[in-house]
Amino acid sequence: MSGILVFVEHTAGEADRLSREALVLAGSLAAAAAAGAAVEAVLFGADAAAVAGGLGEQGVRTAHVVEDSRLGAYAPAAWAGAIAELIEARGLAAVIAGGSERGNEVLAHLAARTGRPMAANVTDVTVAATQGDPWRLTRQRWAGSLLEDAELHADVHVLTVAPHVIPVDESGGASGGALAASVVRFDPAVNDRDLVGRVTGHEAPKGGAISLGDAKVVVSGGRGVGSAEGFGILEELAGLLGGAVGGSRVVTSNGWRPHSDQVGQTGLRIAPDIYIACGISGAIQHIVGCKAAKRILAINTDPDSPIMGVADYAVIGDLHQVVPAITAEIRRRAAARG
Amino acid sequence: MEILVCVKRVPATGGRITLTPDGQEIDTRYLGFTISPHEECGVEEAVRIVEAQGGSTAVLTLGPVAAEEQLRDAMAVGIDRAILLETDGREFDPVATAAAIVEAVRAQEASRTPFDLLMFGTEAADTGDFQVGIRVAVALGRPIVSGIKSLTLRDGMVMARREAPGGGWETCEVPLPAVVSVKEGLNLPRYPSVPGRLRAKRREIERMTPAWSQTGPVKLGLRVPQTEGAPVEILGRGPEAAPAIVDLLERIGVLAS
Repeated sequence: MSGILVFVEHTAGEADRLSREALVLAGSLAAAAAAGAAVEAVLFGADAAAVAGGLGEQGVRTAHVVEDSRLGAYAPAAWAGAIAELIEARGLAAVIAGGSERGNEVLAHLAARTGRPMAANVTDVTVAATQGDPWRLTRQRWAGSLLEDAELHADVHVLTVAPHVIPVDESGGASGGALAASVVRFDPAVNDRDLVGRVTGHEAPKGGAISLGDAKVVVSGGRGVGSAEGFGILEELAGLLGGAVGGSRVVTSNGWRPHSDQVGQTGLRIAPDIYIACGISGAIQHIVGCKAAKRILAINTDPDSPIMGVADYAVIGDLHQVVPAITAEIRRRAAARG
Repeated sequence: MEILVCVKRVPATGGRITLTPDGQEIDTRYLGFTISPHEECGVEEAVRIVEAQGGSTAVLTLGPVAAEEQLRDAMAVGIDRAILLETDGREFDPVATAAAIVEAVRAQEASRTPFDLLMFGTEAADTGDFQVGIRVAVALGRPIVSGIKSLTLRDGMVMARREAPGGGWETCEVPLPAVVSVKEGLNLPRYPSVPGRLRAKRREIERMTPAWSQTGPVKLGLRVPQTEGAPVEILGRGPEAAPAIVDLLERIGVLAS
């Protein structure tokens, strides 16, 4: 089988977690295939080469680095054009991206412009034993509340990987023979028309706050919180724990919190060390946003609410009493330690 | 400003999903239906733009005849007219869906003022394919900005803003005519008024019957994922549980002990 190309996104000199999940899937496909299959990567941006050099540990043999300054800012159509050119040059069997906004967007552009199908949010892939036969795959529907078994008939298989399903080595380290990746500069033809939708401006995040996507601890509120003011006690607890505050869809639809705080199918899907769900009943659209957490602690008056079905720990009680009691207990212990 | 919003009819699922016995569909006998959430914000945004700047709005869906309900929902909150791409109930894959919409847009634009803006949801709540809007934009040769949470139209340009991967926001500007795919959070959709509902009920709906085709992914069947794991451990009841919770936080290392 010919190569499998992974579109690798990177931040501050490191491959993003969702891209590493895509690399793990690509590695397993290459290992299962007949001899000759190798994982390749493509990276964009000024510091792409530095990231690419380290991808050997993730099983990448060849990393194509696009340093053209016109493609430095995110330009989904143009990035897809560059990947389309790589498909032609390298004779690839598949192009895979992480299940990020950009992963889905760039590969959708790629699939559209090259007239191929695309399977988004796959969790499992079986490469056809015979070339030309369809690949079997499983993909998420309803953000993972439902799974679809499907076939993909294509010469080049365009796939994105469902977030937080495939485990990655947290250390980012080697999984077997760590050959160095050979880093190759790639200069694609750039069509000006494809640059029209590129990113032209940035607004920095508000300083200080820990982002919901990166927080190790998330204190999240649902309908049971009752009001925007009700989130004060959640803020206080999150602050003590160095965490972030989230909410369910009802919370953002009621305007109690900004939409960027929403955890769930139409908000963020996160994977903190602990997710403290306060007054959240646990509709499936919410659960898919938090089920990748290492642990879920539910605080709810209703022992039969659906959240109890996915929680690891629960306290049956009114969050308006329980949350301040946790805060007080943390302060009491800190004071006792001096 | 001429705006077309493309929406999808999806079941309003609650605590769990049940499948039909053949595992091909969701059992919707006891479920209501709704416009997929991202697109609901698209409908609201289109209405607001035309309220502020003038012009007209249309809503389009591809689905069974029952999807008229969602078209009327959109008209009840202020969309002017509706187009149904009527299917026989078979699921259209994203390639076939995009092809049907492209054909409908071309047919519409052949006989009236072309659309300045086509709006999609970034992904449908049910199938989550993340591609129909992009496929339509590419086929029509129009620029697209995806995943946006704010939108301004000025001087023939769309100024769009979306969340940046590392936090904060990133902005894009593209010239009209253009395509955008929007996400929930763009606005807070209004509720329909009773006069709005009555007005929507009386409106004619334009119809087309697109051809079904299959490119893929080809659905073999659906499964409800098995939830693994131990039953929930009850740490206590009420505020008296606080020490047990703090013990847990210390044990897992998120709080110094």
